[in-house]
Amino acid sequence: MAKLKTKDVMLAPVFANNPIALQILGICSALAITTKMSTTVTMCLAVIFVMTLSNFFVSLIRNIIPSNIRIIVQMTIITTLVIVVDQFLQAFAFQLSRELSVFVGLIITNCIVLGRAEAFAMQNPPLISAVDGFGNALGYSVVLLFVGFARELFGSGSVFGIEVFALSTEGGWYVANGLMLLPPSAFFLIAAFIWVLRTFRTEQVETEEFEIKPNTRVSAAF
Amino acid sequence: MLEEYLSLFVRAVFVENMALAFFLGMCTFLAISKKVETALGLGIAVVVVLTITVPINNLVLNNFLDEGALAWTGIAALENVDLRFLGLMCYIGLIAALVQILEMVLDKHVPSLYNALGVFLPLITVNCAILGASLFMVERNYDFGESVVFGFGSGVGWALALVLLAGIREKLKYSDVPHGLRGLGIVFTITGLMSLGFMSFAGVQL
Repeated sequence: MAKLKTKDVMLAPVFANNPIALQILGICSALAITTKMSTTVTMCLAVIFVMTLSNFFVSLIRNIIPSNIRIIVQMTIITTLVIVVDQFLQAFAFQLSRELSVFVGLIITNCIVLGRAEAFAMQNPPLISAVDGFGNALGYSVVLLFVGFARELFGSGSVFGIEVFALSTEGGWYVANGLMLLPPSAFFLIAAFIWVLRTFRTEQVETEEFEIKPNTRVSAAF
Repeated sequence: MLEEYLSLFVRAVFVENMALAFFLGMCTFLAISKKVETALGLGIAVVVVLTITVPINNLVLNNFLDEGALAWTGIAALENVDLRFLGLMCYIGLIAALVQILEMVLDKHVPSLYNALGVFLPLITVNCAILGASLFMVERNYDFGESVVFGFGSGVGWALALVLLAGIREKLKYSDVPHGLRGLGIVFTITGLMSLGFMSFAGVQL
C-alpha cells in the first residue's frame, strides 16, 4: 500500500468522502439530537473521542486478533469507550445526558465507528488509524453541526441557547419555524447538504440505473 | 390491561415510529429499500429479532443489572450491587448472541424462512433500531408484558416504514430528478415527507 499522508487521511473524509453524505454511514443515532447546538456539539465530541480511540486500540491489537472473532473484539472495545463517555456525561453533565437519552448508547451501533475499525484500523498502524478515526468523526461532525445550527437558528431563533433572532412570542420580529424542531426537517436539511455538496463535486453524483428517453411525438413516430 | 397494551402498540407503530421519528436503523433503512421484496424480508427479520430481544433484555435488567436485583442469589454482598453501567455491554452482547442463535435455530428447523431472510439476519446485530428499542425499554421502565408489546410494535413500525419507502423508490425510477439530488438526496427528501405524514398520527389516542 502506498504511504498515506496524514493530512489527506484526516481531511479527505470531511468533504471528498464524507461518511454521511457519500457512504450513508452513521446517520442512525445522529439526527434526533440535532435540535439544539449544545446537544449536537456534545454528540460530536463523544463520537470524535470514541472513533479516534477505538481506531487506535483496534489497530494496536490488529495482529493478535483471530480474524473470526474480530467483530466481537472490536465491538467490546467500542462499547467500553462508549460506556466511559456515558458515565462521564452522567457524572459531569447530567442535564445533557438526560437530553441525549439513549443516543449516547447508540454510538455503539453507529456504523461509521465499526466501519472504520474494520476497513481502516485492521490494516494500518495505530497512529495513522487514530488520525483516520478523527478525520471521519470530523466529517460526521461537519454535517451534524450544519444541521444542528440550522435547526436551532430557524427553529428557536437562537444558537447555543443565546438569542439571535428576537422571537415574536417575546415581542420580537421572528416567528419561529416549528417544523425545524420536528424530525422531518433533519431529513430535508441533509438532503440539501448533499445537493449542495454534489453541485460542487459533480463526481459524487450517482448515475441513473437507466436513462429516460425524451418524449416522442406521435407524428414523429410514424 | 388489554387496552393499555393496544395503545402502547399503536403508539410504537405509528406515533413513535422507530425509523421516522427517532431516525433509528437509518443506515439499513436507506441501503435495503431499493426493492419491496428484500425490504419485506428484512422487515420480517427485524420484527422477529425485536420481539425476542427486548423482553430478554428486560429480564436481564430486572434480574441481574438493576440496583438490588441480585438479591435473589441470597448472597449478602450482592444485595446492593448496582450493575447498570454494564448495561450497554450486556444488551449488545445479548443481541449479537441471540441473532446468532436465531440464525442457527432457523437454519435447522425452518430452512425456508432462513433462506428467505438470508444475509439480513447477521446484519441486524448492528441495526440501531434493535439496540435503541432495548435502551428505550430501560429508559421508560417497561415491565415484561409491556416490553413484549413494545418490541413487537416498534418492529412492525420499522418494517412498515421500510416497505413503504421501498414501494416509493421503485416508482421513483420513472421520475426525472434534479442532477445533484439523484440517489441519496431524493431518498432523504422522501423519508422526510413520509416522516411528516406519520406525524399526523401524533393525535391518535385509544
